[in-house]
Amino acid sequence: MIETQVHSRNIVDWAADKPEAVVLSGDLTGSTEIAAFKAAYPERFFSLGMAEQNMLSWAGGMAREGFVPYLHTFSVFLVRRPYDQLAMSVAYPNLPVKLVGFLPGIMTPGGVSHQAIEDISLMRGLPNMTVLEVGDAADVESVLDVAHAVDGPVYIRMLRGALPRLFDTPMELDRVRHLADGEDVTLFSAGITTEEAIRARHVLEAAGISVTHRHVTTHKPFDDPAIADAIRAAGSLVVTVENHSVIGGLGSEVAERMAEIGAGTRLVRIGIPDTFAQGASAPYLMDKFGLTAPRIVERIGAELGRHIPVPDDLGSHDVTIDVGAEQLEAL
Amino acid sequence: MTTTDIARTRTDWVGEANDVARRIRARVLELTILKDGCYLSQALSSADLLAALYTRVLRLQPLAEPLGSAPFSGVPGSADPSPSGGRFHGERTPDGDRFLISPAHYAVAIYAALESVGRLAPGALESFNTDGSTLEMIGAEHSPGFELTTGSFGQALSQSAGIAFARRLRGETGRTAVFVSDGELEEGQTWEGVQAAAFYGLDSLMLFVDVNGQQVDGLTKDVMNVEPIDARFAAFGWDVRVLDGHDVEAIAAAVESKVTDGRPLVVLAYTDTARGVPYLNARKPHLHYVRAKSDADREAFDKALAELKGELA
Repeated sequence: MIETQVHSRNIVDWAADKPEAVVLSGDLTGSTEIAAFKAAYPERFFSLGMAEQNMLSWAGGMAREGFVPYLHTFSVFLVRRPYDQLAMSVAYPNLPVKLVGFLPGIMTPGGVSHQAIEDISLMRGLPNMTVLEVGDAADVESVLDVAHAVDGPVYIRMLRGALPRLFDTPMELDRVRHLADGEDVTLFSAGITTEEAIRARHVLEAAGISVTHRHVTTHKPFDDPAIADAIRAAGSLVVTVENHSVIGGLGSEVAERMAEIGAGTRLVRIGIPDTFAQGASAPYLMDKFGLTAPRIVERIGAELGRHIPVPDDLGSHDVTIDVGAEQLEAL
Repeated sequence: MTTTDIARTRTDWVGEANDVARRIRARVLELTILKDGCYLSQALSSADLLAALYTRVLRLQPLAEPLGSAPFSGVPGSADPSPSGGRFHGERTPDGDRFLISPAHYAVAIYAALESVGRLAPGALESFNTDGSTLEMIGAEHSPGFELTTGSFGQALSQSAGIAFARRLRGETGRTAVFVSDGELEEGQTWEGVQAAAFYGLDSLMLFVDVNGQQVDGLTKDVMNVEPIDARFAAFGWDVRVLDGHDVEAIAAAVESKVTDGRPLVVLAYTDTARGVPYLNARKPHLHYVRAKSDADREAFDKALAELKGELA
């Protein structure tokens, strides 16, 4: 099931009984699905313009005075451009500033300047920072509750536009979602890759490969005991699939945990292989970097030394499409 | 209150402010000698500005007694975080002022000012720049007087504007004062903050700039020119006052004459980094961190200290 404008609707309902929650926007109000909030709560919506260094520090100041600012812009402009401001004005003082970052990884045709491919890596390295990522409509609808309950700064890797609904329960802090239990391959996926991984898993299972599948919504902390259990369940292979550089994100998180528990299983990290990307459509780039269901099947088959036929109808679905013209006009 | 009373009160505070400034200079020079090096020139340039702010301009709640500063216990978010250095400015009140310090390299001047006005306990400065002390050489928000962590320059103005903005949203009438150094005007973020404060009409915000014209590599005009500072602020829509940063009466008068007209206030206090220790003139513009390098230096520092203390006695 595909839904649109999930965050736009959700945050308006969610914020109704939270007067301390305010939104700071970096001139991307329609592009970050926050125009409806602006219309509903003009007294809690503040335009800070294209000046993200100031916006991060300003948010720190407001948080010190009891407000909980939800900063809305593209991820690259929240964590890459104003990194020092985030570190010193927000993370060090452990202030409740919530960063709602859009266009994770290669979910934008905007090219390298708009593609946050190392944001999880940057945010995991910051002390006091909690790092969340959403992969479906249910995640989007519950991530604000999770972020709000954290007494400190939170980075949310948010999705906009059309989303699949994969789950019927709310996400929880530091708890992986259980999708399947098996014995051969353990698959960890996050964000937009989970929908692809689910379809890939069905093909693997049809080919007689037993798969454990976990959907990760919390990159930090990464202490859920179910993670170690899932690693131990893998008879032959642990695989991570992420819309992020293979350095510092989900692949690294799982690798660290595998080393800590002494797991002897091989790890395959599917993601962006330590390269910048170019401006192109999400389906094109997902195919290029092996993030689609067919590519995941092929890669796992190759790693297992098996040829697994890819059904013709497994091609990448346009599950997370880019922002539509109606959103741009919503301003 | 009669006119005579007002005149006497005015004279009294000026005398007190000038004494506070002398004590700041003497204390930091003393520490420069004792610790074999210190951020001395920053204290010499800003002593009168800090004295005017702490004794006359700022509406800060008094403390029952000077506070000590326990050793560092932990960072924010840890099990035992050190308390905020803002407690040295007294209990926060809706109509009172907040004083936020940007140039963390001026920490010793802030500590000396707090000691001088009876907010930091006598003897606390003995732990200055020793391992485990909260009286760090470059302060952070656990250091006396510091509410913000600001050693990476250009961030305090934006944070303070966020605080002033939040206070206004809550209906508080108190002012929010920020102290910065002129070198920070080179940072791009400073002008993002200046722009946003003007955009939101934050006339409860007061920015005090120690324009001492020097930075690590030399004269500011040679490293990266920031002049004309007054025209730049004025162009952004701020209410600008230019004055002698060693004239405490001029500093107080600039603030007293401020009207609430939607414009934030900036006071450009032009200062001298060798004020009170003219021997240092010969070293200009290389005064970022001052140490005695020779016996002649040591003798001159001792003599200058004796003179500053003599003026106080």
